[in-house]
Amino acid sequence: MAALEEEFTLSTVPLGAGPNGLLGVEQSDKTDQFLVTHGGRTVILYKVSDQKPLGSWSVKQGQIITCPAVCNFQTGEFIVVHDNKVLRIWNTEDVNLDKVFKATLSAEIYRIHSIQGTEPLVLFKEGAVRGLEALLAEPQQKIETVLSDDEVIKWTKVFMVFRHPVLIFITEKHGNHFAYIQTFSSRTLSKYTLFHGQEEKSVIQNFTASVDRKFISLMSLSSDGCVYETLIPIHPRDPDENQRVVRSLLLKTVVAGNARSGVALTVLDQDHVAVLGPPLPASKECLSIWNTKFQTLQTSRELPQGTSGQLWYFGENLFMLHGKFLTVIPYKCEVSSLAGALGKLKHSQDPGTHTVPHFVNWETSRGCGFGSQNSEQSKRILRRRKIEVNVPPPAFEQLLSTIKKDSEKDIEVELCKFLAVKRTPDFHTIVGDIVLELLGRHTTEPSFYPRNSLMQLIQTHVLSYSLCPGLMEVALEKTDVQMLQLCLQQFPDIPESITCACLKIFLSDPVQEKMDEQTEILQNGFNADEQNCDSCDRKLNQKPQDAAEETTSCPVVPKRAALLNAILHSAYSEMFLLPHLKDIPAQHVTLFLQYLYFLYLKCSENATMTLPGLHPPTLNQIMDWICLLLDANFTVVVMIPEAKRLLLSLYKFVKSQICICSELNKIEVSFRELQKLNQEKNNRELYSIEVLELF
Amino acid sequence: MGEFKVHRVRFFNYVPSGIRCVAYNNQSNRLAVSRTDGTVEIYNLSANYFQEKFFPGHESRATEALCWAKGQRLFSGGLNGEIIEYDLQALNIKYAMDAFGGPIWSMAVSPCGSQLLVGCEDGSVKLFQITPDKIQFERNFDRQKSRILSLSWHPSGTHIAAGSIDYISVFDVKSGSAVHKMLVDRQYMGVSKRKCIIWGVAFLSDGTVISVDSAGKVQFWDSATGTLVKNHLIANADVQSIAVSDQEDSFVVGTAEGTVFHFQLVSVTSNSSEKQWVRTKPFQHHTHDVRAVAHSPTALISGGTDTHLVIRPLMEKVEVKNYDAALRKITFPHRRLISCSKKRHLLLFQFAHHLELWRLGSTVATGKNGDTLPLSKDADHLLHLKTKGPENIICSCISPCGSWIAYSTTSRFFLYRLNYEHDNISLQRVSKMPAFLRSALQILFSEDSTKLFVASNQGSLHIIRLLEGSFKHLHTFQPQSGTVESMCLLAVSPDGNWLAASGTSAGVHVYNIKHLKLHCTVPAYNFPVTALAIAPNTNNLVIAHSDQQVFEYSIPEKQYTEWSRTIQKQGFHYLWLQRDTPITHISFHPKRPMHILLHDAYMFCIIDKSLPLPNDKTLLYNPLPPTNESDVIRRRTAHAFKISKIYKPLLFMDLLDERTLVAVERPLDDIIAQLPPPIKKKKFGT
Repeated sequence: MAALEEEFTLSTVPLGAGPNGLLGVEQSDKTDQFLVTHGGRTVILYKVSDQKPLGSWSVKQGQIITCPAVCNFQTGEFIVVHDNKVLRIWNTEDVNLDKVFKATLSAEIYRIHSIQGTEPLVLFKEGAVRGLEALLAEPQQKIETVLSDDEVIKWTKVFMVFRHPVLIFITEKHGNHFAYIQTFSSRTLSKYTLFHGQEEKSVIQNFTASVDRKFISLMSLSSDGCVYETLIPIHPRDPDENQRVVRSLLLKTVVAGNARSGVALTVLDQDHVAVLGPPLPASKECLSIWNTKFQTLQTSRELPQGTSGQLWYFGENLFMLHGKFLTVIPYKCEVSSLAGALGKLKHSQDPGTHTVPHFVNWETSRGCGFGSQNSEQSKRILRRRKIEVNVPPPAFEQLLSTIKKDSEKDIEVELCKFLAVKRTPDFHTIVGDIVLELLGRHTTEPSFYPRNSLMQLIQTHVLSYSLCPGLMEVALEKTDVQMLQLCLQQFPDIPESITCACLKIFLSDPVQEKMDEQTEILQNGFNADEQNCDSCDRKLNQKPQDAAEETTSCPVVPKRAALLNAILHSAYSEMFLLPHLKDIPAQHVTLFLQYLYFLYLKCSENATMTLPGLHPPTLNQIMDWICLLLDANFTVVVMIPEAKRLLLSLYKFVKSQICICSELNKIEVSFRELQKLNQEKNNRELYSIEVLELF
Repeated sequence: MGEFKVHRVRFFNYVPSGIRCVAYNNQSNRLAVSRTDGTVEIYNLSANYFQEKFFPGHESRATEALCWAKGQRLFSGGLNGEIIEYDLQALNIKYAMDAFGGPIWSMAVSPCGSQLLVGCEDGSVKLFQITPDKIQFERNFDRQKSRILSLSWHPSGTHIAAGSIDYISVFDVKSGSAVHKMLVDRQYMGVSKRKCIIWGVAFLSDGTVISVDSAGKVQFWDSATGTLVKNHLIANADVQSIAVSDQEDSFVVGTAEGTVFHFQLVSVTSNSSEKQWVRTKPFQHHTHDVRAVAHSPTALISGGTDTHLVIRPLMEKVEVKNYDAALRKITFPHRRLISCSKKRHLLLFQFAHHLELWRLGSTVATGKNGDTLPLSKDADHLLHLKTKGPENIICSCISPCGSWIAYSTTSRFFLYRLNYEHDNISLQRVSKMPAFLRSALQILFSEDSTKLFVASNQGSLHIIRLLEGSFKHLHTFQPQSGTVESMCLLAVSPDGNWLAASGTSAGVHVYNIKHLKLHCTVPAYNFPVTALAIAPNTNNLVIAHSDQQVFEYSIPEKQYTEWSRTIQKQGFHYLWLQRDTPITHISFHPKRPMHILLHDAYMFCIIDKSLPLPNDKTLLYNPLPPTNESDVIRRRTAHAFKISKIYKPLLFMDLLDERTLVAVERPLDDIIAQLPPPIKKKKFGT
């Protein structure tokens, strides 16, 4: 539960009110020590727990500090900018800022960012970004202009993403906002237009952001008092294109709509934001903690003497101006989770990083707003979330009513329309609902079998067996092998009993025993991949073969082969599959075994032990299925005369496999010995005389 | 700083003994550890886990049980059937007393600390009264069928639980009769084993008895009814040890698979008062059997056959995230096992029951940094000196000239004269050692090898003049009146005028050898001394403490030197203070008085006192040679501490001459290779 602790005042010297009073608060390389930059001329290093300053530095009369001082975590030095262009770098031992290292740059600086794990990054007012080391090597280097005329930076922040810094800055031009993401791992700068949505009139007043693996979640506080969230991908698909991102409402009216000043926002952790501002038009200014997941106010603290609309959050402390004094309010949020109970919560973290705890809290599978639709993202969210079911678009309602009464043709038309619309995060559940609706009508009205619509829905790649239970059963009932094949390819969670039922149907279907059905296959709309595979098989079959080896010709027609391959690819657990395999008639088992043996021989023809084609079954899959079939049906198979030859060849191949394995083992052991000898030679010498130079 | 030829020695074939028992003392925050060779070590957990005392082992004295009693008294029991009390001041055995019950398997001190219970091979549980200077047999409890492997007192002291083979007995202490006999299931995963050995029991104040056994079970029993309450199957092998925290809200068990499990009393739901024991965390810091565990208020301590002592802090109990919150793994003793004759390039290795003398090789080649030079002569194994009798060697030393070797066991002192004739070496024992030279804690030869200094375990220091093949007792410094603390560390000045000696807690005493009197005492410091040395020419005494502080004290001026004051004022670099092994040896460069060489197990450092001291912002350790960096960076990096971490684990390092170093390493892999094979666990895919 989030809680604010007793506040205390840091500086005893009153500061000038307003943004000029305080330029910024930044972390130093020691925990509990912070650099406070006063607007004007002074930088003070405070030890927060002792509430006392450890050092204070000023620039000369006439100079003015233009951006908050930061600490270079790699060297422990401090950096400040005065008069927009002049960098000063100093140590705690230095007394006079006038005498410390100085570098004059060729362009005006907006901010210097410094976080743990990387060198400081300098953001220029024109939008260019440089690493500090590179700048210091050549201070007068030319700085390019990135932003257009009249475009000014409003806000900026830097994150570490996979050990590389990512810098975001927001600009404004004629009331429009743009977000720029500069990544340093790939050295790309991507630009996004922030799309305001329906609340066009409101003016954005304050920003904050957090990062979550692939997205930067940018939160903005608007003049209507609401907090909006925008998800911006860190790695854009097409960096050159100017992309638009839409914001979605996160919290409603957290501050009074008309508040003009003293409004600020900062992210505390995954689920909490701190908001500074008056909650009601008439009330005093307040610091409040909101839970964004449940949209509840967690706690608040009144600040009767007013604030400046600046808020910083480091470690466990919130920094803000209260009246004329810099005030610190410690903030604690204890997440109640099983991880906490198990003691895993105390996982070590990089010193200094304060962003989000990195354990997994399974309650917070946070969805993303409407702005950033991403099929990968939506595919990952498998569970249906009751809390934030987005209002289904009107097309969905219409489709449902169509399904209830109209003909199959009409449904297809409506479905096409519906699928053309952009996807929402809960798209998969909607698709599941549509399938269930279709199946529902099928059960009440057995003649209704909207095969084409169902096929189309399966091909959306978002369905799973558990989302539409009953679909495969219906297909089995109708012996619709094509749909079954599609389901086997698409669904990750098919129960073994259903897989086995499919296998039975594929093996017993008598219609497809003619070789010249290729054209019909094409008409049936089989996947191109499978087609390739089949034709490959076919080509192989047509190779001149030794007449004696009858097994090298494929025992089944290509279509059946394609179906069986789908079975081979499906996931299963041996324990659950074995009982069902016992129910397959003996002839079919023999046929399947023959096919598998054929595949095995094909595999062993090349050195890489693979089959041609786009998604061929792997050798392991083939072997596993041979073993499974024999395990389940050995006593039956051994009695069938026609299987005798097959069993003999299988026996031979098992024997040769064992031979190979044992030989490989021997080779491995010899290699290991060689490696050991080599290692011993290198660093296990018992005695040596070496040269060492100490620097 | 300069270039050195380093003799990199890895033929010191030292294997520490496995850990058999650990006992934690809450009052003094000390940990007693016994090893399979009978050695008992005392670690001071408050002083950076320094091994401050040890009692040498004995072949016939396999310790099976170890416990602390009231007033910091330490008892052990072993397979020879004796109960031993250790004298922690004089560092010797106070007395040994036969319990007359055959081998002792278990031991427990009553909650009030005044009664001692031992469990014996013959099935008897014997109660002893602890008197101020001894223990006294009181009575036997009801005799059981088979050996008593584990014992635990109820915190009220009215009942005890005793683990035997196949059952646990609960005794009433007053009557001495068994109240309950709780049979343990022999079944192990459906297979009936021959026996189920109860390796450990713990009696909680609510009457619950927790047992761990050879079938891999942790079981909870209700001692009032004698019924099984709960069963956790946690291992495929034996669960060998258990320790409960004082608050009884958590306990720890160790298994033969090397895993340590933490159990905690956790509320069933978030706001109910009902609590239950839950297995919370497994730790796999050991490869072999975890024979012993202990539970300090903030850490889980475990040790076993793989010889490591592992201290795993409980993160929820550690308030500040400082260096105490880090995992500690102690493998090597915190004292020197190696001495060196600089003149003849000899190394003397000390093992439990023998000494080895090696001569270093040589080379004529030269090379650049990192090169391995071709040897013109390999190292020679000159001598293998076996001790007589069952006692372990306490300490040993070779004289700088290489002509004398001295070593001591608990009851005998040995001095040998070595003669070198070309390649032949002959050894001659100096007989008729005086009666007072029976047992030494530390032996040291003077730089010119004419004097021998011996610290005996009664606190006295003997000075002996060595003559060709004989010796003469010169003087004995008696301990300060009223103290009996033994001296563990000695240092002599190269000019032979000063002798410094330090015990475990009191300050360092400096004696004037010419006038044979106490010169001064360096003020006592809170943390024990780990290494001592006196610099040539200046006669500055350099002292390293277990909290990683290093002091330099001028003996002639009887005060700390200016450099020492400066570094104390500024403070050491935080990374220096965070090292987790103590400095075990200090030496000096013969030509450069400003240089001090010191080392711990993972680094060695040459301190150049003429350079500025590093502060917390400078890079303390820079493994890379300086490249063409800008002046700014070079200015940042040049400081007094030149550290190298190439050789590790480093057991000994010294300067043979101004351009030659010797480094003795003991790679952990070589130790592991000599341990018995661990329990083979089936891993997927093997």
